[in-house]
Amino acid sequence: MTLLAVDGLHTYYGESHVLQGVTFTADAGTVTAVLGRNGVGKTTLCRSLAGLTPARRGRVTLDGADITRLPPHRIHALGISLVPQGRHIFPSLTVHENLAIAARAGRVSRRGDGGSSRGPADGWDLDEAFAVFPRLAERAGNRGNELSGGEQQMLAIARALVARPLLLVMDEPTEGLAPALVAEVAAVIGRLRDRGTSILLAEQNAAFAVTVADAVHVMSRGTVVLSTDPVTLWNNEDVKTQLLGVPPARQARHET
Amino acid sequence: MTYLLTQTLNGLFSAALLFLIASGLTLAFGVMRIVNIAHGSFYMLGVYVAYTVILRTGSLLLGALAAMAVVGAIGLLMQRVFLRRFGADPLPQMMMTMGFALLFRDAALMIWGGDPFTLPYPGWLRGSMEAGEVVFPSYRLFVILVAALVGVGLWAVNEKTLIGARLRATVDDPEMAAATGINVARLSGLVFAAGAALAAFGGVMGGPILGGYAGIDFDLLPLAFVVVIVGGMGSLKGALVGSIVVGMIDNFGKALVPELSYFTLFAPMVLVLAFKPTGLYGRA
Repeated sequence: MTLLAVDGLHTYYGESHVLQGVTFTADAGTVTAVLGRNGVGKTTLCRSLAGLTPARRGRVTLDGADITRLPPHRIHALGISLVPQGRHIFPSLTVHENLAIAARAGRVSRRGDGGSSRGPADGWDLDEAFAVFPRLAERAGNRGNELSGGEQQMLAIARALVARPLLLVMDEPTEGLAPALVAEVAAVIGRLRDRGTSILLAEQNAAFAVTVADAVHVMSRGTVVLSTDPVTLWNNEDVKTQLLGVPPARQARHET
Repeated sequence: MTYLLTQTLNGLFSAALLFLIASGLTLAFGVMRIVNIAHGSFYMLGVYVAYTVILRTGSLLLGALAAMAVVGAIGLLMQRVFLRRFGADPLPQMMMTMGFALLFRDAALMIWGGDPFTLPYPGWLRGSMEAGEVVFPSYRLFVILVAALVGVGLWAVNEKTLIGARLRATVDDPEMAAATGINVARLSGLVFAAGAALAAFGGVMGGPILGGYAGIDFDLLPLAFVVVIVGGMGSLKGALVGSIVVGMIDNFGKALVPELSYFTLFAPMVLVLAFKPTGLYGRA
């Protein structure tokens, strides 16, 4: 079932035309990756979805509701939570407060048919968040600016999930993390997918993204140029080298 | 020694009034990045509204409540109808608050005339407290105490409640706060209105001593800005420390070297700006 439908989205920063007609869909209960080199518009796409940089043209629907030009707090209430690039933890809030201000008790359908359009809401309450990330529980009283990069990333993910979103939008969650922490983020995404959380993952690190994604969309110069599945993508050397910046697989040839 | 203690208490009285004014100014700046030139006007309007209500009803408490309600509502309207249109564009915002300040002053002249007046004291606060050699007016001590209580209350709201956490989140990172579900526009209106009401309350507290006159708005505004700049824009703790620093310096400066009172007031601000441009507790 389609959860997110992005149709012909055009977004500008001032005069700079960054998104030039982005179209793709993301299914409920899956991890959808948006890949591409630096500067193709992945972060702008995430910001447009969250309402931080509203699109000038085009349409975004979430679970049937048009959210294209709603203010960010409305979009958050309707079910998109952003794990932003650079994490953006609130430095003067404690870990507990960072979670508490984002927490949302429950979620009901906005379709007006009275019933919920899907099963129980995804996401956690604070206790679950602390259970999944015991490190955050240990540091609950610490302020955001006292956390390590890895702790901040975990907190950013937890902060998005306690809002019980329909869709978790993660922008470069592995950026600047040590390999061990990248593996931890991958494990978290895998666990979330197993319990049916819908995730949109914008990543420059294609090698990481294809290990966790169900579907991939490749962006180039502000549009989606290829939509496929991760295995097909990873076997397409041309796309990998030209659009994803993955070095040619010289290693493999040596071995054969 | 007696002289020193008396002047210190006078300094604390100035600090108390400054804190009531500056705390709202600094919070409005923290949340909205608004440099509100009309903030002194809120103090002035507070004195006038209280004066009118006290004349009619004879109740100081009603006067204080009316001043806070009316000025808070004016602040809310000003923010929701006019200032929010400029987003975070500081220059037009500031020019508009400047316009409002002039408008409020003329309106005050038109409604209340130009005669200065003072607000009455509550009867039970007439007279002085004595401790050995030191004699100090009870009312001034009362104002210091009230401001301290307001400070504790603001601190508790800011640090211990969910709305305080939302406020701090918005000061930290307005964009991420919005993406975390905080209605920044509504919160801004609330903070602006609360700051206006607090300044009006400052006017009611200061009214029996400083009185009310058209012009008190711009007499107090520079002091409030020095407080906020020394303490760090957006920081409540900064407003507290800044108020005490400025209240003391202003008081001792005027008492010891009256001909240099502006120098002694602005010198610390220049020094702070030179060595810590964000103020004592401000963030970049």
